[in-house]
Amino acid sequence: MTRIFAGLVGLILLGVIGFFALAWHPAIAPAPRPDASTFSPTLVAEGAVLAGAGYCAVCHTAAGGQPYAGGYGLATPFGVIYSANITPDPQTGIGNWSEAAFARAMHEGVARDGSLLFPAFPYDHFTKVSDSDIQALYAYLMTLPPVNAPPRPNTVPFPLNIRYLQAGWQMLFFHPGEYQADATKSAAWNRGAYLATGLSHCGGCHTPRNALGAEQAGQEYAGAVIDGWTAPALTAADPSPLPWTQADMYNYLHYGVSALHGTSAGPMAAVVHTGLAKLPDSDIQAIATYFADTDQSVSRANVTLPAASETGDQLSADDDAHLYASACASCHYNSTATPATLRPDLALNTALWLLDPTNFIEVVLHGISTQDGIPGVMMPGFADAMSDADIARLAAYLRRTQTNLAPWPDLDAKVAAIREQGDTE
Amino acid sequence: MTSFSLNGQPVSPQAPEDTPLLWVIRDELGLKGTKFGCGIGECGACTVHVNGRAQRSCVTPLSAINGASITTIEGLDPAGQHPLQQAWVETQTPQCGYCQSGQIMQAATLLKDFPNPTDEDINAVMGGNLCRCMAYIRIRKAILLAAPKLRGTPA
Repeated sequence: MTRIFAGLVGLILLGVIGFFALAWHPAIAPAPRPDASTFSPTLVAEGAVLAGAGYCAVCHTAAGGQPYAGGYGLATPFGVIYSANITPDPQTGIGNWSEAAFARAMHEGVARDGSLLFPAFPYDHFTKVSDSDIQALYAYLMTLPPVNAPPRPNTVPFPLNIRYLQAGWQMLFFHPGEYQADATKSAAWNRGAYLATGLSHCGGCHTPRNALGAEQAGQEYAGAVIDGWTAPALTAADPSPLPWTQADMYNYLHYGVSALHGTSAGPMAAVVHTGLAKLPDSDIQAIATYFADTDQSVSRANVTLPAASETGDQLSADDDAHLYASACASCHYNSTATPATLRPDLALNTALWLLDPTNFIEVVLHGISTQDGIPGVMMPGFADAMSDADIARLAAYLRRTQTNLAPWPDLDAKVAAIREQGDTE
Repeated sequence: MTSFSLNGQPVSPQAPEDTPLLWVIRDELGLKGTKFGCGIGECGACTVHVNGRAQRSCVTPLSAINGASITTIEGLDPAGQHPLQQAWVETQTPQCGYCQSGQIMQAATLLKDFPNPTDEDINAVMGGNLCRCMAYIRIRKAILLAAPKLRGTPA
């Protein structure tokens, strides 16, 4: 009996030791910040482009804060996690991180001091980034102006805040390793896949997560809810009426709009306009090639264009139509079978076809500024102009007249809840 | 602070970011041609151009138009001789006139998008610009009169 007990204790002990052995990573000694002159300007410029591809500044900059100085709060189901200061400040940033320490953080999710990073930092994607790209990113970050900005404490509760436990998460969900090219695909596809699955971490928003916050295996790009918005599916499951062809996807990622799908808004606006915009055209084309494939647009290419928006004379039909005519139709009207980009056709807009009305309501409430969607073009928000009931009526009307899908349930409550959240963009 | 250009002049108004553009244009910058109608983006009296496109300035906060180029009725044509303005005079379109600057600004976008508009196009795009004097018939007439001039082709 005692021997069995002792054996059990021994086994548990061994397990615990084994776990800690896996969880333990050595600290990498602080290194003096390399002098900016040690990096070639070409390398730094490359790094700037790559930082755009990863839109690092979007999460590593607090509202109104210095770029890359961190403090942006990511609301996760486990608490708010504040981004780190990644300027080369030695006290509060990564100024004393050697390139090896930076590469380890990107590839393995381990901080310089050996502690495990939370996967809010998407190292599950960055592990795919090549060494040479990491070298360029390091050069770029190390030549930024250092900003002294102490980290904000996360609100992740005990025991989830024990970083050792992240080793368990890594064991379950983390697949380290650089991107492996798929020989059956084109060079452009592979380049797009390298960026999209690696640095640009598209799955971070567009792939649903499990209860432990990991992207669900087998559900890649199936669409997810993030930051109060719906990140639509990037697969054939995308409910919008037309598939994403390579050309559409390129237009969207390059200009922030596809006439056949809609305009970048919410968290995607910054991805397009402050992130991917830094990439050379060939890279945006490559990402578009990759997503046209995940969308299976070629096999769905025979979809016919749905009828254009209702026209003026039909609009006099009922009160809902009147509301639409006075508030929306002066811009959202097209008269031909070829939708005009600057007159976004709501019958084609992804937001109206999604299972959930969140994106539609967000845009009606808060609008789209000249910087978020089509450059220079804005849509006013109607938060101060329309009641919850009006917006619900408008949503129901458009869902009814512009799509062939089931009505959205509980619209009044949904509008009220999203209004309560405030502008989350 | 929001800066933009108003009829070609750079301006940096002091009003808070969430102030409707209409208030800034009328009260802070003193251009009274743009009118307050409903205040909820549903009558069209406050229509101005944001980067060349008609928008309801009463529901447009300053924060949404940073860096944009805003045109009001005063700036549509430096001499007030835009083909639409000429057509408005020629057809004696206005009655009380209150909604007319908004109507003209909206019509300018209409003709940019639909240089040869059908009645249906006019109904749809102008339907959000209300006129309590019911000058709609003359508004349509004026738009159709201005269209060929803007296209640069004879009627």
